[in-house]
Amino acid sequence: MKLKSTILAGTAVALLGSSALAADMTIVSWGGAYSASQNNAYHKPYMEMNPDVNIINDESSAEAVAKLRAMNEAGNITWDLVDVVASDAIRLCDEGLALEINPDTDLAAAPDGTPASEDFGDLLVSECFIPQIVYSTTFGFRSDIAEWNGKEPDDICDVFDLETFPGKRSLEKRPINNVEWALLCDGVAKEDVYDVLETEEGLDRALAKLDTIKDQVVWWSAGAETPQLLADKEVVIGSTYNGRLFALIEEQKQPVKMLWDAQVFDLDGWIVPAGLPDDRKAAVMEYVKFATDTQRLADQAKYISYGPARASSAPLVGKHADLGIDMAPHMPTDPNNAKNTFLYNYEWWADYRDDLDAKFQAWLAK
Amino acid sequence: MSETATEQVLTTKDGRPLKASLARALRREKLRALVLIAPLLIFVLLTFVAPIADMLFRSVENSIVEDTLPQTVNALQDWDPSSGEVPGEPVFAALAADLQVAVDLKTHTRLGSRLNYEKTGISSLFRKTGRRVKKMTEPPYKEQFLKADKKWGQVDTWQTLKQFSPRYTDGYFLSSLDAERTSEGLQMKPEDEQIYLLLFGRTMMLSIAITVSCLLLGYPIAFLLAQLPLRTSNLLMILVLLPFWTSLLVRTSAWKVLLQQQGVINDFLVWIGLISDANRLVMINNQTGTIIAMTHILLPFMILPLYSVMKTISPTYVRAAKSLGATDWTAFWRVYFPQSVPGIGAGAVLVFILAIGYYITPELVGGTSGIFISNRIAYHISSSLNWGLAAALGTLLLAAVMILFIVYDKIVGIDNVKLG
Repeated sequence: MKLKSTILAGTAVALLGSSALAADMTIVSWGGAYSASQNNAYHKPYMEMNPDVNIINDESSAEAVAKLRAMNEAGNITWDLVDVVASDAIRLCDEGLALEINPDTDLAAAPDGTPASEDFGDLLVSECFIPQIVYSTTFGFRSDIAEWNGKEPDDICDVFDLETFPGKRSLEKRPINNVEWALLCDGVAKEDVYDVLETEEGLDRALAKLDTIKDQVVWWSAGAETPQLLADKEVVIGSTYNGRLFALIEEQKQPVKMLWDAQVFDLDGWIVPAGLPDDRKAAVMEYVKFATDTQRLADQAKYISYGPARASSAPLVGKHADLGIDMAPHMPTDPNNAKNTFLYNYEWWADYRDDLDAKFQAWLAK
Repeated sequence: MSETATEQVLTTKDGRPLKASLARALRREKLRALVLIAPLLIFVLLTFVAPIADMLFRSVENSIVEDTLPQTVNALQDWDPSSGEVPGEPVFAALAADLQVAVDLKTHTRLGSRLNYEKTGISSLFRKTGRRVKKMTEPPYKEQFLKADKKWGQVDTWQTLKQFSPRYTDGYFLSSLDAERTSEGLQMKPEDEQIYLLLFGRTMMLSIAITVSCLLLGYPIAFLLAQLPLRTSNLLMILVLLPFWTSLLVRTSAWKVLLQQQGVINDFLVWIGLISDANRLVMINNQTGTIIAMTHILLPFMILPLYSVMKTISPTYVRAAKSLGATDWTAFWRVYFPQSVPGIGAGAVLVFILAIGYYITPELVGGTSGIFISNRIAYHISSSLNWGLAAALGTLLLAAVMILFIVYDKIVGIDNVKLG
């Protein structure tokens, strides 16, 4: 009896204590090194400043769109803030699952007073999207391949050149980026790529170009696969996110180099789920204002090689927190790396994604 | 019995007819049994039957068009899609009125994504028009819509809208079968878009291959386990179960390390000189990889039912057969094997049904030729958000399993399946 009442009292105190002390805030992200960088740059300092907030990390970003829709249908939103890529943010905004944001009132201005809408500029690709980082999908290649006779790929079309650079390649198992690269290397000018792709012949042309290397390609669906395949010498050249390649080269010291040519810029950032109760919404908006200010975005680049989405953050990017190397040259946005770049065309892909994906998968299965 | 007892009705001690009293007692007992299983029954209904029913319903449900554009759907009833002409001003006026409401509720973009599955470009059409529609307050609307986007002046935009305006659609099922309804009627999709029938066929073939290889590998192991003394067989059983308790992802990754071209097996074969360095075997990222990895993962599901059935086969039968002059093989094939068939049935059904819905292992080791229909279902659930199509594909998969189950019942007999 005594034990029971002690337990009951203890539970009651714990319940009271937790509700009075800390409000939980569930933040959803990608896990791994990326979540760690957010934890160091945003969550830890915020929780120090606000001891009454308790941030819970959830690593469900990969299935965030489907889960948010299910939560919305069930009428029970358990997430407060979700990290998604820009194309998913557009989709969520279209579906009415994400809250619309007014950058100038909801987000902090730059230190020199530039309003957030100008500081983020073109990167505000959707009314619901709060950009955080610029990342790129680009190629890494092994630098110790004897058959290449000392040559190194420095052009995107070297990926399609099996004569000079024999060996297997790894590409993502979806049409996005691959068809653009194929057309570029089939002689289409950069500004015409999407016009050509819109036509039936354009896609056939892209697939025909990909056909030339199809039997030498390992198709990946998770970003971690290419680094593993490169490290195991399974492939000699492969596409993935630039941060993954940075970890492979600088942290794991593998004989791999970057091929920045025709890297495709993409954005990752926050959305606030639609339909949050007012108190949780107020709490999360306050967090977002802090976590996307100029200094915080620059801080994140200390832990991972993705470029901050604010123009005003770029000069503040410093050295890697553990390795002590300068991070600026590893940013996809660095002038040396960004000589020839491609910006993911969100509007176009929102229209054509379903159609092209069906055709691409049918081509893959052939 | 009742017709013989017409003259004298049997009664219990308190004067009631025996039959009624008995029925009452039985009813009470049944009710008690029902109350006892009620929690489980409700649980199964809520967590199993209801979601499946909901999924089946999603594959035909299509109320979004009528809910978002009620007046337009109504106005479109008089329009003939085969006329080759864009509808007139009344339809555009109705569309303007509907969109005014939809933009306030932000449902127009949702409808756009829904119709974009059917016709590429509608997603941005609705998004773009939604931004302009607030300014459209005065007729004529048709011109203003055409100015906002020229797609409103194309007949096929309206054909799509009309075709998908009913509350229920067979469109998802047609897509799942690589077919579509065009202005010329029902036909197959162009060849470069056909994929689902191929994947259904492949899922069946690979699942059968996996079931057969599980049986070939599992039967001797189960036989051995059943013959050995309990102490040794328990030890071996742990070896069977150990990988069963290891994470699926760990085991799949281990197969990657073993099977890849620079992997352990290829290195070994090159080292002993069986193959040359330039001709390393491709054993992963194709069907071989899927079959090997999934056979390994599903093997315990074959061994366990086989073992428990074999345990019940009395050794005296085989001994009797031998004493009557049968050879070892005849005794096994004519006496032992037929008694183990219920275990084969149970194991095969279990492995096959698990294999047919497998998703994560084919995704990781299947490359392009070793992926299953479930990988596409997962894509439509989590990535393209085309839940209607995912539901239709799921329903077809469920139906295929049911049909196979019935065929199995007809050929082998389901009462012949035993788990022990």
